[in-house]
Amino acid sequence: MISSVSQVKDTEKEESKRKILLSIEDLRVWFELKRFGFSHAGYVKAVDGVTFDVHDSETIAVVGESGCGKSSLMKTILGLYKPTEGKVVFDDKDLSELDTKGMHWYHSNVGYVQQDPYGALPPFMNVQKILEEPLIVGGIKDKEERIQRVHTAMDEVKLTPVDDFLQKYPHMLSGGQQQRVVIARAMIMGPKFLVADEPVSMLDASVRVEILKLLRGLQEMHNLSVIYITHDLSTVSYFSERIFVMYAGNLIEKAKVRQVLDNPLHPYTVALLTGTSEPDAKNAETLKELPPGEPPSLVNPPTGCRFHPRCSKAIQGLCEVKFPPEFEPEPGHFVSCWLYQ
Amino acid sequence: MAQNNKLLRIEDLVLHFNTSQGPVQAVDGVNFELDSNRAVVILGESGCGKSSLAKAILRLLPRNAGTYSGHIYLQGQDIMSFAEEEFRQNVRWGSISLVPQAAMNALNPVIRVGEQVAEPAIVHLGVDKTGAISMVKKMFQHVGVPEDFISRYPFELSGGMRQRVVIAMALVTSPVLIILDEPTSALDVLTQANIFNVLKRLKHELGISFILITHDIATSSELADDVAVMYAGQIVEVSDAYRFFDKPLHPYSQKLLASVPRLHSDKEPEFITGRPPSLINLPKGCRFADRCPARFEKCVEDPPVIEKEGRNVKCWLYS
Repeated sequence: MISSVSQVKDTEKEESKRKILLSIEDLRVWFELKRFGFSHAGYVKAVDGVTFDVHDSETIAVVGESGCGKSSLMKTILGLYKPTEGKVVFDDKDLSELDTKGMHWYHSNVGYVQQDPYGALPPFMNVQKILEEPLIVGGIKDKEERIQRVHTAMDEVKLTPVDDFLQKYPHMLSGGQQQRVVIARAMIMGPKFLVADEPVSMLDASVRVEILKLLRGLQEMHNLSVIYITHDLSTVSYFSERIFVMYAGNLIEKAKVRQVLDNPLHPYTVALLTGTSEPDAKNAETLKELPPGEPPSLVNPPTGCRFHPRCSKAIQGLCEVKFPPEFEPEPGHFVSCWLYQ
Repeated sequence: MAQNNKLLRIEDLVLHFNTSQGPVQAVDGVNFELDSNRAVVILGESGCGKSSLAKAILRLLPRNAGTYSGHIYLQGQDIMSFAEEEFRQNVRWGSISLVPQAAMNALNPVIRVGEQVAEPAIVHLGVDKTGAISMVKKMFQHVGVPEDFISRYPFELSGGMRQRVVIAMALVTSPVLIILDEPTSALDVLTQANIFNVLKRLKHELGISFILITHDIATSSELADDVAVMYAGQIVEVSDAYRFFDKPLHPYSQKLLASVPRLHSDKEPEFITGRPPSLINLPKGCRFADRCPARFEKCVEDPPVIEKEGRNVKCWLYS
């Protein structure tokens, strides 16, 4: 942990110098709902006005509950969904302006680590075929070179001895090994940028740490930028520099990891932290104070601040009327909440 | 007799499964006790046999079950000696109910949730339908589900609400013990915390005991009075929660606790090298020895269960 703390301090100094790799500008991803298959019945506003930058070799955690739009955000970044409004700019190029060749270039620069490793690996292909596939699609014709790169990637994710694993099928591997194959596949094209969607949520506690350390090792070795999507706040501090908290399609708090964990500002972030348990026998004695209700539907989200119906600190006449802009109560700590105006 | 004071006492419980490669020793000589109005957490990683333990207690055996032996004393009565029909009528969903893993899929999608929750009451308690529905309403109050959800179908409910409905279904026959098999592993943080609030309240208000089976060490502490750690089909440590979370005894428990990421500490989590042994080819001696940092010559022999200040640990270090 010491290493990543010092890393955070370094980045504070270097922040301004580092190049912006990915920039999301006022992104909106809406899905149209249809009645009887044709007449318009509204939109699911999965991502509704999200703006942020990711710098070179920066790791970011997007934290939110299921249904908050974090997966839609990720899929739009990967180019799988088209934005309804707004832009995704990678390396100064707007994704919507790239042609097929451009998208090939983009996909070779972005790796994707899926949530469920078993579901993400084709059951009828062995490890060698799985890892060769992106290289074939990427236009590497030389078989020798492909095999060489498969070996390097497997070494990097510590699937060794490599020859023992090459001919194995996914069902012959343990959960941790499957996730290593998924990571190797994401890394094989030598990406600059990695999107990891809950990479450890399906794994056992002891394996989870192993995979997180592996990802951090790869990040440091290749100076990768990483977006780490999760609902589990306890793992983010080992992996990320900044945390973005997402609620009902909006990013409601953006700050450095320690700022969010030690001094959460938005009432929803406070609730998330209260809800996250630490192993302590005292937990069994008290009930937790949690916001009532459940996250809102994204078809008709509440007016004003989307958290106001569940918020104990809501200001009458303000929170339910006007959407809170971003305030900066302490340097580098942004929060969309009227309490901090 | 000492056993009469205990709500549940399990002695040498064994459940093996027959496969073409040989018997899978999923539950292999498990002993533990549970007082009434307490909760014990069975902690273990996937494949350690903890779900099979739940099945063994409730005698929900798959077709390939092999050896099934031992004693389970529930309020002093050995329920292992019950005939199948007696067991079904009085124990399973009578005194002991189960909240199964993936409770979201435990509900029938084409039957209204109210009727599903009422069913155990109709079958086991012999109440009529109107009586059962009023019981369901009471149960829904206990678990925090709005009354009008009775006539909804499972797909109209969120994950958290479905989980509460399944808990209500386990409650409706007023059992003395509920076995929860990974009740919150597929749920969001706040939903998880809400479900644990419900369980704590039930324990307090209705005096029910719980066996919570989970791999999630951090959330298990929300309910635990006692902790039993399971490894490769055996219980390697039983301790009260306070001393366990403060200082576990067995090297495996220590490693497990060290692997939990903390919110407010800079201490690096550790992982356990190696993998648990296959339950078909178990090593001789201590089953954790291969991965244990404190291994010594004695570990080639099977360690006895050693009592240390009221805690039980299966490790040669404490002999």
